[in-house]
Amino acid sequence: MSLVQALEVFKGRVMALNGDEAVAWAVKQSNVDVVAAYPITPQTIIVEKFSEFVADGEVHTEFVPVESEHSALSACVGAAAAGARVFTATASQGLALMWEILYVASGLRLPIVMAVVNRALSAPINIHCDHSDTMGARDSGWIQLYVEDSQEAYDTTIQAFKIAEHPDVLLPVMVNLDGFFLSHTLQNVNLLPDDVVKKFVGIRRPVKIYVPYLGREVPLALDGKTPITMGPLDLQDYYFEHKMHQVKAIENSRDVIMKVNEEYAELSGRSYGNGLVVPYGLDDAEVAIVVLGSAAGTVRYVIRRLRRRGVKIGMLRIRAFRPFPVNDVVKALKDVKVVCAMDRSLSFGALGGPLFNELRSAFYDEGSRPIILNYIYGLGGRDIPPSAVKVIVDELLNVAKTMEVKELVKYVGVRE
Amino acid sequence: MSFAINIKELAKKPPKLLPGHRLCAGCAAPVLVKLTLLASEGPTIVVNATGCLEVATTIFPYTSWAVPWIHNAFENAASTASGIDAAIKALRRRGAIKDERVNIIVFAGDGGTYDIGLQALSGAVERGHNFLYILYDNEAYMNTGIQRSGGTPLGAATTTSPAGKVIPGKLQQKKPIADIIVAHKAPYVATVTPAHWVDLMRKVKKALSIEGPKFIHALSPCPRGWRYDSDLSIEIAKLAVDTCYFPLWEYENGVWRLTDRSLVIARNPKLKKPITEFLKVQARFKHLLRPENAYVVKKLQDYIDAMWSDLIKRAGLK
Repeated sequence: MSLVQALEVFKGRVMALNGDEAVAWAVKQSNVDVVAAYPITPQTIIVEKFSEFVADGEVHTEFVPVESEHSALSACVGAAAAGARVFTATASQGLALMWEILYVASGLRLPIVMAVVNRALSAPINIHCDHSDTMGARDSGWIQLYVEDSQEAYDTTIQAFKIAEHPDVLLPVMVNLDGFFLSHTLQNVNLLPDDVVKKFVGIRRPVKIYVPYLGREVPLALDGKTPITMGPLDLQDYYFEHKMHQVKAIENSRDVIMKVNEEYAELSGRSYGNGLVVPYGLDDAEVAIVVLGSAAGTVRYVIRRLRRRGVKIGMLRIRAFRPFPVNDVVKALKDVKVVCAMDRSLSFGALGGPLFNELRSAFYDEGSRPIILNYIYGLGGRDIPPSAVKVIVDELLNVAKTMEVKELVKYVGVRE
Repeated sequence: MSFAINIKELAKKPPKLLPGHRLCAGCAAPVLVKLTLLASEGPTIVVNATGCLEVATTIFPYTSWAVPWIHNAFENAASTASGIDAAIKALRRRGAIKDERVNIIVFAGDGGTYDIGLQALSGAVERGHNFLYILYDNEAYMNTGIQRSGGTPLGAATTTSPAGKVIPGKLQQKKPIADIIVAHKAPYVATVTPAHWVDLMRKVKKALSIEGPKFIHALSPCPRGWRYDSDLSIEIAKLAVDTCYFPLWEYENGVWRLTDRSLVIARNPKLKKPITEFLKVQARFKHLLRPENAYVVKKLQDYIDAMWSDLIKRAGLK
């Protein structure tokens, strides 16, 4: 970092914020035109905090306090289609209610940014953290970034606008932060100065596209004058091709996520691995834990202590679950003997959780591959203390020694 | 403010819904859309709920729309319009939009309005967004094959309210949707038909001159679903008004007014035709004309009479 850049960072400030407030501050600084949202625990603080910014005239944003999450995302679709930079936030049941429009948002290639404060799904009703909500939406065509702490929630929200609006991407982005563990827990968060963020994200300028029936390039936005048709009926002869455009776009997003991570590091001095995965202690690791979200902090704490005693263990945190960083995962874990995927959600009737399935699939074509085990933990907000992680590590070390797997999928700390 | 219609001037305006769409012969929806867009001036964005109009006018790579147009989903046309309205306000605030005003016009069918879209519409009206919502009401889910909706009238046979041996078509009355929007204290609510086109265009012009949420309930006769010959749509729309089944009125800032033919009928009640005139030309009602179903016709006539006399009172005519 140059001295000038260091001074820029210094001009920022440190605030004690919870994860929700950190997201609200990021949105405040990111030149967002429209926020449409509906309250749901544990997301509410984002919307409340942002409403204060609106009420105090600190942003130019139009805030639409809609009557449901379905309408929240529907309004975001309308606003983004009209050329606005758009943000919303939800959790759990709210995300479930948005489901239909998740696919519309990605299919219409609208760069909406949404914070999802991860929370278990009903029934039984539960307001606490797990990843069932967003894991269910993993095939909806959204980019999914999972953050570890409030600082990263702030940084990633800012980055998300840049990723979503990149001309090679044009996809909506979910920034996922763990309910209560992050949303309601205070942390010192380094905020960049307003002007630095505003310069980094710029203002949204809709991409231009060539429209054959107009015979010219026009901005891809409803401007009141240019007769573009968005969201037409698309049948057997074109639908598949349009889906392939989405495939290409989310593939493109890998490079963009990495590049934005680098650019942001130059600005702030903070980066998150290569943007897709964040390795820890993997260089000489014999066993490794793969994890998403805030549990990475607990896992890292346990690893740090065990490494002092010479245990060769590492961790790979998956930051981008969609697109899934197949190559990075293989590269990071190929020399490890035993890997465990820690899933904070279920895929009922499947062989293990979603992360486990992605990992196993990523390694299928590799000549040498680690034994891959699945530990499902923390559903409905159940804590994962260091002692529970230690138990997992002991089991992994035992498998590494014997090379024998007795149980492929295990459920952590569940009463019989 | 004058909202006079000059037909010579209108004839010079290019159409905004172009030929080549696949709507059925005799469908009233494109007539309503063409008249509406002819009556609108300046930048306009159309939001279309899922339905006949949407699927038949935009089969990729073709489009009939010569205005900016978006389709999001079935139940969320009003929330989509909310988002566009918010975007226009924010973009204007940051200088990206210079136009004085941009019309946002929603077209949604009865399924997308009475039923699945009612919540989104209620929310958008309550929040006071600046948009004109036009319900084109063909009184059933025509796009999926004539299933009953909250807008289907009493006694009508549809594919999910068939006239059977023991049940004579739909058992419930048509939901008074426009009254529901009036109850939201929307600044402007009106009813129109494609037959009373001067009245329609005047109301659209007036609606677009008013800031806030406006609602126009348009009756949209449907040859396929109502079971009549496709050249009769306009005649049937006239009968709907002449029988007071679908009176023409407008509500503006607390004041109700009857308009066009309905005002004439209110002043000369002899002109009011019995509902059977409307029923007998449509095969969806043909079972009602059998003697054993006379009680259904009476129930429908009583409902219409009660609504009509209530409307006359609201309009201060009695």
